[in-house]
Amino acid sequence: MNYFPDEVIEHIFDSIASHRDRNSISLVCKSWHKIERCSRKKVFIGNCYAIDPERLIGRFPCLKSLTLKGKPHFADFNLVPHEWGGFVHPWIDALARARVGLEELRLKRMVVSDESLELLSRSFANFKSLVLVSCEGFTTDGLASIAANCRHLRELDLQENEIDDHRGQWLNCFPDSCITLTSLNFACLKGETNLAALERLVARSPNLKSLKVNRAVPLDALTRLMSCAPQLVDLGVGSYENEPDPESFAKLSAAINKCTSLRCLSGFSEVAPRCLPAFYPICQNLISLNLSYAAEIQGNHLIKFIQFCKRLQRLWILDSIGDKGLEVVASACKELQELRVFPSDLHGEEDNDAAVTEVGLVAISAGCRKLHSILYFCKQMTNAALITVAKNCPNFIRFRLCILEPNKPDHITSQSLDEGFGAIVQACKGLRRLSVSGLLTDKVFLYIGMYAEQLEMLSIAFAGDTDQGMLYVLNGCKKLRKLEIRDSPFGNAALLADVEKYETMRSLWMSSCDVTLGGCKRLARDAPWLNVEIINENESNGMEQNEEDEREKVDRLYLYRTVVGTRKDAPSCVTIL
Amino acid sequence: MRDRSELEVGKSNLPDESELELGLGLSLGGGAWRERGRILTAKDFPSVGSKRAADSSSRQGASPPRSSQVVGWPPIGSHRMNSLVNNQATKVAKADKEEEEEGEGKKKVDEAKDVSMKVNGKVQGLGFVKVNMDGVGIGRKVDMRAHSSYENLAQTLEEMFFGMTGTTSREKVKPLRLLDGSSEFVLTYEDKEGDWMLVGDVPWRMFITSVKRLRIMGTSEANGLAPRHQEQKEKQRNNPV
Repeated sequence: MNYFPDEVIEHIFDSIASHRDRNSISLVCKSWHKIERCSRKKVFIGNCYAIDPERLIGRFPCLKSLTLKGKPHFADFNLVPHEWGGFVHPWIDALARARVGLEELRLKRMVVSDESLELLSRSFANFKSLVLVSCEGFTTDGLASIAANCRHLRELDLQENEIDDHRGQWLNCFPDSCITLTSLNFACLKGETNLAALERLVARSPNLKSLKVNRAVPLDALTRLMSCAPQLVDLGVGSYENEPDPESFAKLSAAINKCTSLRCLSGFSEVAPRCLPAFYPICQNLISLNLSYAAEIQGNHLIKFIQFCKRLQRLWILDSIGDKGLEVVASACKELQELRVFPSDLHGEEDNDAAVTEVGLVAISAGCRKLHSILYFCKQMTNAALITVAKNCPNFIRFRLCILEPNKPDHITSQSLDEGFGAIVQACKGLRRLSVSGLLTDKVFLYIGMYAEQLEMLSIAFAGDTDQGMLYVLNGCKKLRKLEIRDSPFGNAALLADVEKYETMRSLWMSSCDVTLGGCKRLARDAPWLNVEIINENESNGMEQNEEDEREKVDRLYLYRTVVGTRKDAPSCVTIL
Repeated sequence: MRDRSELEVGKSNLPDESELELGLGLSLGGGAWRERGRILTAKDFPSVGSKRAADSSSRQGASPPRSSQVVGWPPIGSHRMNSLVNNQATKVAKADKEEEEEGEGKKKVDEAKDVSMKVNGKVQGLGFVKVNMDGVGIGRKVDMRAHSSYENLAQTLEEMFFGMTGTTSREKVKPLRLLDGSSEFVLTYEDKEGDWMLVGDVPWRMFITSVKRLRIMGTSEANGLAPRHQEQKEKQRNNPV
């Protein structure tokens, strides 16, 4: 029974934004379920094949914002064929036909076509925000449709997509009447940009807070852009290869000095180190700095810059910063919450002393006590370092460590890194995401199963000894949602031990493990509410050859819970059991 | 200096030992140890195979494969990976220019044979480039450093794609099949600016500094050099509207 009229309850629900909380609310009673679903504006779908658009619209007719994720995470590393799936078109089509008042669409790892973008741009009069992350399949022609037809567009954010750049005039397609832009990010475009069109667009967008340009925008253009947008909060710089002459440098400095609201800085591909000093005036305001694409800037220049960024909360950097650089970060950036250190040179191997090691990681943990998220690529690690890090930073929510060489042990004791990771999961009670690497036995999974109570996502590569390892995780981590494993000796016994577990998870990925076709078939039989997908090497031979031999090991297995059964759009290299 | 036995500690279900003879010496768990070539091995580079094995064994004994030689490892997004490869290619190109200006003739001769170049005393590799072939579900990667000429590269690609598909309807391969326009397939590449070009038009050294990825496409599609347009049609065909 409700003590309040529905409108009041709806009003209360309006202040609850988290989709998880709203999901919980909808389970309380039928009445709340109804009120909740009719008032829901934002929906998040972590796996686009778990549900279909018709059911989505049926349940949430008033939805305004939709987030969809397509391909599994390992697609980022070329482990999933391009045509595997994740097509957004059926969704846009269904939303258009149902006349949903869509205003925002956020896609990750989906296949988007120019047709889809055109349909999107024409179907939703109030469309405001398009965010595409790691998507592919479209060209700048599709962007032109969005620019031309979305009268109220506020945000166009393209992050790390594969876009065919037709060098067209998509920027010109924004009509003169378009003055509502708040965010424009086209850093991932590879071709030339119509600078004049861009400058006119920026000049007539007084609300523009975030601008991230691509490589093709040179220094003098950047100066002009910043001059007409001093209100910018988030800037992605393109490239400027040549050292600027004193006059250009002075103009750039003047423009930067006016951008007193600037808080986030990124880009800097192909940048001459001397240009970085131009940004010194705004260093102390920065809360986010992404120099992970700035391969040209050497460690010492980076250090000089970062030491002034006292308010930094987020730092993405290349390992060329070195341990010394990280020590500077540790002493200067006391507000740091998130750090990502990417490798800068994959072929340098042993002769590269400048890259980061466990020493840098320990220094960061000692200096940056607010750190809660880390992604760290390095060549070596020790248990002692990890144990120290765990002691220093028990607040980790995300801990992702990637030791570049598979199976590498503690480089001082030559032991496995079980104890180190064990210390991390034991100390960090709020840990939600973990990626492990280096030499690891089943023991590390015993620790993970025992201590990582909040763990939702676990990534495993080249680790473990027997099925027991995987079993520890499946049995122990009650909140596990995504498990992705590659090149580890886990087989059918682990896969089949607790089929019901997969109903509590979004998905499981296993590649180059020991599960066999027979095991997967059995799983598919026992759990019809799962889609069990086998991804094969070759499109043509598919399953015919292997049908006879159920002992054949499966190359790539991807399974996920779904309420809509087998999908119809799988390519021939994918077999759904 | 580490030998294989250390890495095998604790692994109870190893695949057949004979399948581990990769010339790279690492024992890993998992099932992909068949002649499917998911991990590039010396067998994939018949013309330079012995050179590579000699290289790695002279440097490190029976050492593990470099992290960059395992497919999908290290786990860096392809967008970022491409950027890394580009940067290294740019550095090499710049080094090239500098060396030419300084007139180091001898070095040039050496480099014609050895694709790995030294910049400021450090070896800069050009890295792996993705290769896709129309009609084949999964892409491959090829190490540009391991090749010294177009013929070399074509041969590697032939073995990669035609050795694997197992369909006999394809033409019997000829050495210059991909480069002379006589077969039903043509080799194209995407350069640093994002343009798709036919492979073979520019000098090899220029090519390797600008290639970002490769694609083997049907000759009919490549006519008029409008591959991008054709690519879109392909994608649309796959897209169930």
